[in-house]
Amino acid sequence: MARELKLMKGNEAIAQAMIASGTDGYFGYPITPQSEVMETLMAEKPWETTGMVVLQAESEVSSINMVYGGAATGKKVATSSSSPGISLMQEGLTYLAGAEIPCVIVNVMRGGPGLGTIQPSQSDYFQSVKGGGHGDYQLYTLAPASVQEMYDFVFDAWDIAFKYRNPVLILSDGAIGQCMEKLYTRDYIPRWTEEERRQHAPWGTFGKPASRGHNIITSLELESARQEVFNLKLQAKYAEMKEKEVRFETINCEDADYIFVAYGSSSRIAMKAMQMAREKGIKVGLFRLITLFPFPTKQLAEVAKRVKGILCVEMSAGQMIEDVRLATECNVKTEHFGRFGGIIPTPTEVLEALENKIIK
Amino acid sequence: MTEEIIIAGFGGQGVLSMGKILAYSGVMQNKEVSWMPSYGPEMRGGTANVSVIISDERISSPIINQFDTAIILNQQSLDKFEASVKPGGLLIYDPNGITHEPTRKDINIYKIAATAKAQELGISKVFNMVVLGGFLKLKPIVDKQYIHEGLEHSLPQRHWNLIPQNEEAIEIGKGLIEAVQTI
Repeated sequence: MARELKLMKGNEAIAQAMIASGTDGYFGYPITPQSEVMETLMAEKPWETTGMVVLQAESEVSSINMVYGGAATGKKVATSSSSPGISLMQEGLTYLAGAEIPCVIVNVMRGGPGLGTIQPSQSDYFQSVKGGGHGDYQLYTLAPASVQEMYDFVFDAWDIAFKYRNPVLILSDGAIGQCMEKLYTRDYIPRWTEEERRQHAPWGTFGKPASRGHNIITSLELESARQEVFNLKLQAKYAEMKEKEVRFETINCEDADYIFVAYGSSSRIAMKAMQMAREKGIKVGLFRLITLFPFPTKQLAEVAKRVKGILCVEMSAGQMIEDVRLATECNVKTEHFGRFGGIIPTPTEVLEALENKIIK
Repeated sequence: MTEEIIIAGFGGQGVLSMGKILAYSGVMQNKEVSWMPSYGPEMRGGTANVSVIISDERISSPIINQFDTAIILNQQSLDKFEASVKPGGLLIYDPNGITHEPTRKDINIYKIAATAKAQELGISKVFNMVVLGGFLKLKPIVDKQYIHEGLEHSLPQRHWNLIPQNEEAIEIGKGLIEAVQTI
């Protein structure tokens, strides 16, 4: 594995990145539109090359708990699924956050609620950044908007997960998962040796030497005073992420009268609508969220000061818009446009929504 | 240069693989590309389509609703996508199974009897390459040598012996395409 130019699907890119980033284990259960992740891993047989374990569990409940068990030993363990499967994982996710276990979860979103549809959607924003499971926890949430980012963000996710001892969610959708684009692969990062694993994850359960006490992995603390201290520690960690790990991209925002705010595949559609608007002489910019948690609150507020209106574009009934309005403290006219249930909005529709809901 | 293409037809006609070979050829020529398939219920219903974009610049949306070129291989797809061709754009169709001809007056329309020709020559497996040849005759957006490299990357190595046959089919397609309406 070295730097090479390839053409592949977003889902394949996730699988290739898992292998190349030295992931130790993947546990998953097939579901459209992300089944190519495990298909690719099974076809590549990394257990014969890097030693990575790939296992199909009997359900998503099982796969997330396999992640819990494997990752508790300080190994790099990942899973992927799509919306209904991610719902099944919510209990596991809050336990992982509560036990401070680094791991990577990929959600290739489809339309809901319930089993919904297998077409792309972005209606899991609330679930991803405002809980999903119970308790005061956060998942560091990355929203790739291209096949290259599907690949690169797996590497970034491991860095963040181990730096903060926190689960990282890569929130994608069926459009980016199924789309093929150019991709530059990276050099293989070897899986950690036993020695390296002990350095990166000194808290892991890999056998107790006489020289130290027990490493205990749990999210249970019956002493409320201690549980509050633990919660404060988590909050301090999330505050540090908000301070240091916010990611976003601005395009044409400098002279913009209006901006789109979007993430993932919607940001690509919004970019096209932005180009169409500029051809018509309307000065439109794009503020693309890369991290959904931490949300780029300050940075968006700064850009929003200079514009007359914001159109949030999301394949949902309007979830991200709540955080946009909080960031701008409702000082700018802000509206939502989206299609849902698996329908992808067209650039033409997005531009029309800007003209009708914001400019008019 | 940006060329936005929809290729649509029945599942099994090689619609997705034609798009993939075109996209890979674009990659080999150092273009920006995207390949966005229909998947799921649409595919399972028997029709398949793929949007391919080949550009000199960063591609904004891989999901588009207006096309420079529509390559149409069955009636359902013609009904669905004829209206999506940009004014002044190009519509290529295979007349096999077409009962209602395209009616737009503001686009260039070409037909390519690839199904019939491929059957006649006994090369039905590379029917899609005949169609691709017709398209490349009208819009030579990728060079011959890169098509060869695109084929190498799209096909597993055990099928590389079929590459000459694919390339011949492309040449046949170039001679087969005929104008119905030019504006």
